[in-house]
Amino acid sequence: MSSSLPLITLVVGAALGWLAAGLLGVMIPRRGAARGLFLLGALGGLAIAVLGLMAVWQPAEQLTLPLGLPDLPFHLRLDPLAGFFLMLLGGVSAGISVYAAGYFREETGGRLALICLQYHVFLASMAFVILADDAYLFMVAWETMALSSYFLVITDHKLPANRSAGFLYLLIAHLGAISILLCFGVMNGGHGDYTFEALRAARLTPQWSSVAFLLAFFGFGAKAGMIPLHAWLPEAHPAAPSPVSALMSGVMLKTAIYGMVRVIYDLIGGVRWEWGMGVLAIGAGTTLFGVLYALMQHDLKRLLAYHSVENIGIILLGLGMSMVFIGSGHGAAGALGLIAALYHTLNHAVFKGLLFLGAGSILHSTGQRNLNHMGGLIHGMPQTAFYFLVGALAISALPPLNGFVSEWLTFQTALQAPILQNDSVRSLLPLFAATLALAGALTAMCFVKVYGIAFLGRPREARHAAHAAAAGGDAGGWERCGMAWLAAGCCILGLFPVTLLLTLNRVSVSITRAGLSDAALQSNWLWLVPTAPAQASYSPIIFLVVIFSVTLLTFFLVRRFYHGRIRHADPWDCGFPEQTPRMQDSADAFGQPIRHVFGPVYLMQRHLPGPDDAAPRYSLKIEDRHWRWLYLPVARLAEFASSKIALLQQGRISIYLMYSFLTLIALLVFVR
Amino acid sequence: MDQTLIGQFVSLLAAILLLISFAMLSQRRVLTLIKLFAWQGAALAASTAIVAHTTGQPHLYFSAGLTVLLKVMLIPWALHRLIDRLFVRWDVETLINIPATMLIGIGLVIFAFALAAPISHMAGTFTRSTLGIAMASILISFLMMIVRRKAVPQVIGFLAMENGLFFAATSATYGMPLVVELGVALDVLVGTFIFGIFFFHIREQFDSLDIRHMEKLKEE
Repeated sequence: MSSSLPLITLVVGAALGWLAAGLLGVMIPRRGAARGLFLLGALGGLAIAVLGLMAVWQPAEQLTLPLGLPDLPFHLRLDPLAGFFLMLLGGVSAGISVYAAGYFREETGGRLALICLQYHVFLASMAFVILADDAYLFMVAWETMALSSYFLVITDHKLPANRSAGFLYLLIAHLGAISILLCFGVMNGGHGDYTFEALRAARLTPQWSSVAFLLAFFGFGAKAGMIPLHAWLPEAHPAAPSPVSALMSGVMLKTAIYGMVRVIYDLIGGVRWEWGMGVLAIGAGTTLFGVLYALMQHDLKRLLAYHSVENIGIILLGLGMSMVFIGSGHGAAGALGLIAALYHTLNHAVFKGLLFLGAGSILHSTGQRNLNHMGGLIHGMPQTAFYFLVGALAISALPPLNGFVSEWLTFQTALQAPILQNDSVRSLLPLFAATLALAGALTAMCFVKVYGIAFLGRPREARHAAHAAAAGGDAGGWERCGMAWLAAGCCILGLFPVTLLLTLNRVSVSITRAGLSDAALQSNWLWLVPTAPAQASYSPIIFLVVIFSVTLLTFFLVRRFYHGRIRHADPWDCGFPEQTPRMQDSADAFGQPIRHVFGPVYLMQRHLPGPDDAAPRYSLKIEDRHWRWLYLPVARLAEFASSKIALLQQGRISIYLMYSFLTLIALLVFVR
Repeated sequence: MDQTLIGQFVSLLAAILLLISFAMLSQRRVLTLIKLFAWQGAALAASTAIVAHTTGQPHLYFSAGLTVLLKVMLIPWALHRLIDRLFVRWDVETLINIPATMLIGIGLVIFAFALAAPISHMAGTFTRSTLGIAMASILISFLMMIVRRKAVPQVIGFLAMENGLFFAATSATYGMPLVVELGVALDVLVGTFIFGIFFFHIREQFDSLDIRHMEKLKEE
């Protein structure tokens, strides 16, 4: 299929269409119009996804926009890597936009118009981040993205907590942006040409390229939410409206991964295995930290935010392994690691988007984010419960859904370790794989907790159940459409992994000039073979068929032999008829074993009631250790430094004039 | 006229300019300060006219006329009106006592001449010795802005500084392009009016034009 127009023009057109939709939203501040514009935005997303997928299979295209500063136009480029991320952006945002069309039904006109503008500017800026082919446009789009998402985070700016969450987000986003800017400066080396082509061609000494790597890793890591720069994530995600959380967690974090791959693999080039070890260490820490703290949360959106931290860690593990292999000269294994990381990037975008949308529907129906107050929601909102279950299974990496495929590919990469020559690296890689396995198990536990506490059992607080019933129960039609789209994505990405594997192989070849082994490329639609058939292979479809037939068989056997003997009881009453709903396991209680085992990880303030307490109260507060160890000292240092600098500010005009006078005299003396 | 005679004439006017700068520095009364400012403008206009006559550049006549109109008439008149309205004909307090200020001023003049010496040698114009004087009067006006405590003398200091700049421009390079001069003149005029408006606001806020009150505006 070939069109007369180059793909990149169409993609730019669709991205500008997003901008236009945002502007239209401000000009027509009516609810119906905004709904139409969100749906239009979803169409744009769909178009961008299709175009991106097509672009993966075509040679790179370039375009120069007549915008920007004089003599400094915007350069754009659409290559397979950009195409893949555009597919991610478009595909996931399409579902979220459809959902948003229904979700913002209770907003008033003016606020809705602003949300519509910020939302679409946010989408368009992400598209331009991916398309950018010079550091200038990249930074402009990057900062536009940060600003528009900041305003989306503080949509409910009347709550002080939301404002401070927004501030923290903006602060860390700027730290990251400065680091990225410095990284471009280092790569440029002073010849003044900031197109990516020039940066790619620039030859750096090993020291400087390591400096550039560190700056890029820090800068993009701040946006991605790796430790210790993750602090904004669990604050900003609960503050933002749910579709925005879905977009930020699902897509915006991924632009940071895009930036990492683009800058480290493509622009800096010459990947070294030492870098990979650094990425692996941070990735493993991020993974464990994210999941352990997620288990301790009872705020649903905060919990999901910590899982985003965890999943970024998993992606970093894949990237790190790929760097180790590429740096040691094993292209095929490196390509597999990169493919696993990118695959997980897409998967996480889909299922985390879905989960945040589900959380939004729960929030809408019950007005609750606190898991301890939920329970039995499956009766009031069965469809949301189903979609949420799909997302929960996917994030828990259970086959045949998509989360499994990418984590399995990451494991397969780790199992390539014996080909490495360096003994210490060879023995460390399985350790990282073990971290991943532990995190996977803990994730599954966490989602058993979420699903069990929120949807199963009985309502813990009667008034919330009443609220859910009064609000009309299940999510609206558009919301369900959006969730269904992402749930379908989870299934398709899980059931047909080979198509995506081949697509990603092309991305990998275009970036690292290394692809999978020939045996892997022989994978057919049924069997996924990452390295060689003798080593490992996986068929999700056969898996699905087996699960399906076993379930059907059990169902029929049960109906055949136990029919008519079914006994109804309150859920989870464990045969104890006097139990009240308040006696059910709570979210905090569910995490107790983990809290016990991993005690030193947490900073706990716990108040346990005594045995003879007449009015027993139990309180538990878990704090992030990073706050005390890293953030507060840095904040105090900054405060101290600024209090010293503030001495300059005397408030007397004469003193200020004196400053300029002395500066003038000094300049005249020294620079004449 | 003879070139040397003209050169001496310009030097004389430059000396008057500097003398007036010192007079302004030592003057305590606002009303006299405005008169001195007007005289400085007149000296500036005269020197510009002489340079215009010698070099035969008609646009310098224009800028001389503009100087007379603005700095000798319009701005002093506006300042007079301002102090009438604001009842600020009182004596000016200074931060440093007047003899000390004069000594600093002399130091600045020496500094300015030392600074201007290499440039003056390069400049081929007959007015080259005046560059040091121009810079000295700029620095002295700046000093005046620093040591005055009330807002009106500070503004006069600012305007006097502009006089010095203008003199530097005519003496060293036979004037800037007419467009630039027009722009600067307009800026000064607009600036004066903005200052005037601000004076009223400041007084409304603090019941005084003493800028010490503005120290409260600092963030704690």
